[in-house]
Amino acid sequence: MSNLIEVRNVSKAFGGVVANDSISIDVPEGQITGLIGPNGSGKTTLFNSIVGYHPIDSGSIRFKGEEISNYKVQQIARLGMLRTFQQTRIYANMNCIDNMLISVPHRNATFFDMFKPYPHELYDKAESLLEFVGLYTKRKLPSGDLSFGQQKLLEFAMALMNEPEVLLLDEPTAGINPTLINGLIDRLKRANTEFGITLFVIEHNMRVIMNMADTIYCLAHGELLASGKPADIQNDQRVIDAYLGAH
Amino acid sequence: MTSVTEEKDREVATTAEPTARRVFTFNDYMMFGAILLFGILGPILFPNYTFQIAVLWLMVLFAQTWDVMGGQMGYNSLGNIFFFGAGMYICAVTQIGLFTDVGAYTSPSDPGTFNFTPDQYYIGVAVGLVFAAIGSALLAAVLGWIVFGLRGPYFAIGTLGIALAAGELIGAWEWVGAGSGFPIPVYPGSGDGKSLFYYALCFGAAIATFLFLKWLYSTRFGLAINAIRDDEEKAEAMGIHTMRHKTAAWMISAFFLGISGGLFGNMTGFIEPLEVAFPVATFGIFMVAMALLGGKGTIWGPVLGAILFHILKEATWIYFLGWQWVALGVIIIINIVFFQQGIVGWLQERYPHWFGIEVEARSPGAKEAAE
Repeated sequence: MSNLIEVRNVSKAFGGVVANDSISIDVPEGQITGLIGPNGSGKTTLFNSIVGYHPIDSGSIRFKGEEISNYKVQQIARLGMLRTFQQTRIYANMNCIDNMLISVPHRNATFFDMFKPYPHELYDKAESLLEFVGLYTKRKLPSGDLSFGQQKLLEFAMALMNEPEVLLLDEPTAGINPTLINGLIDRLKRANTEFGITLFVIEHNMRVIMNMADTIYCLAHGELLASGKPADIQNDQRVIDAYLGAH
Repeated sequence: MTSVTEEKDREVATTAEPTARRVFTFNDYMMFGAILLFGILGPILFPNYTFQIAVLWLMVLFAQTWDVMGGQMGYNSLGNIFFFGAGMYICAVTQIGLFTDVGAYTSPSDPGTFNFTPDQYYIGVAVGLVFAAIGSALLAAVLGWIVFGLRGPYFAIGTLGIALAAGELIGAWEWVGAGSGFPIPVYPGSGDGKSLFYYALCFGAAIATFLFLKWLYSTRFGLAINAIRDDEEKAEAMGIHTMRHKTAAWMISAFFLGISGGLFGNMTGFIEPLEVAFPVATFGIFMVAMALLGGKGTIWGPVLGAILFHILKEATWIYFLGWQWVALGVIIIINIVFFQQGIVGWLQERYPHWFGIEVEARSPGAKEAAE
């Protein structure tokens, strides 16, 4: 099994604060990889580095063997690596269907593709994906009117519309009603199995990540603390200490 | 929400209503019909106001082209007037340069002595307008490459700087008459003939702009620039070619503004950089004010805003002479402070179903229930 994302010795500092210190992580194709760690441990910084949001200080990031650490956000997105945001980001003044339509892949878009209409198949696809996340009845509402949890689901559906190979999810269950979380876990798993999308997930909810992930990496203070199967991580004394603040 | 209502909803969606976005709705036809009627009857019923109504159509064009960037894409440009002036100069220089030496024609010692034959005049105007449109669009591509790194207020100030600088630069350029300007070739015919000729062109340009934008907003382009407006960072993260869309949007604005500049230069008959070609403080601000008054980000907002604004402006000039700028300022302030969404924006909020926008029933606790 090959690695879709290979992070090697990536360091990133903001002024004197070392957010990531020589981190190495593998995201194997077709699997669900988890990334955990206490607040401020550098999880989101690592995500931002991978998707090209800011340059890294040193190290290498490869996607399908291609070095991407110098690419811009849009180039990386068009390669098939997409991220969702911790603070949900949707196009608030557009309705859900339009949010979905504009999320089609732009991989091979030529200049004149800008002026093409949307074919009916894309509407059907947008509607079926909205149905998949349970937002079908809301499809014509301005997405800004949706609740935070629903916006999160919409953002997830938009990501699926883009047909990425790997999806980086930054706390997909944060701020979601606990009763909806099971449904969301189920959908994330189905995205992985049915749509064949590799997932790389930051998550604070231990029940969720232990339930979902094949492999888990744990960061603390910008360093990689531990990695392994969920069961191993759960019993790792260093991880427990990091979370309980034993430092 | 039960599965039964969902099923029913789905049925309705597949049978009753076409999913693809339609370019024209019934309301659009009604509005468009009224505009056409007024446009054609206007100069017949009010022959003394032909010039004023022609300027009205240019105002409609201004507001529409400003709204491409300011309303639909969220990039508030204060310097779009630059393309108006650029188009005016490109058109005039082409009209003259096709048949005689521009430097000699525009020199203050020998202004406008060359006589154009009617054929030369019409060919000059036709070619000049084409060059003005294309030239302005190309200038937009170059400037966009420079200023699209700026966001929000910085973009507004940056573009304002471009327009101000252009006026000063042209004012120092001897070949195009520098600060004293030069006369445009004279229309070969009567004054009334000239008014009607340019009236038709102005009206046509405004209609063409409207139809083009109406079509444009129905394509992927419309959604893409709306996405950039709502959250450019998200659009980038989704892989949208944001720079390509922004550049194309500005080029489209500039294309039509270039035409309007070429027309206005010919209508006034004499062009100079500060008052006629790059009137940043009048037309340059009007185009923003009109789009805001009508409702930015809507297709009809800029059109209605421009018509209303132009009428208000003319009324204040007639009835509040001496206080006209104060009156106009008050209108703009009221608009910005109390009425930001503009007329059409307000209607859209109040009567969303008129615009085919669906909103959630506002029963208390509806959102919680939906959770």
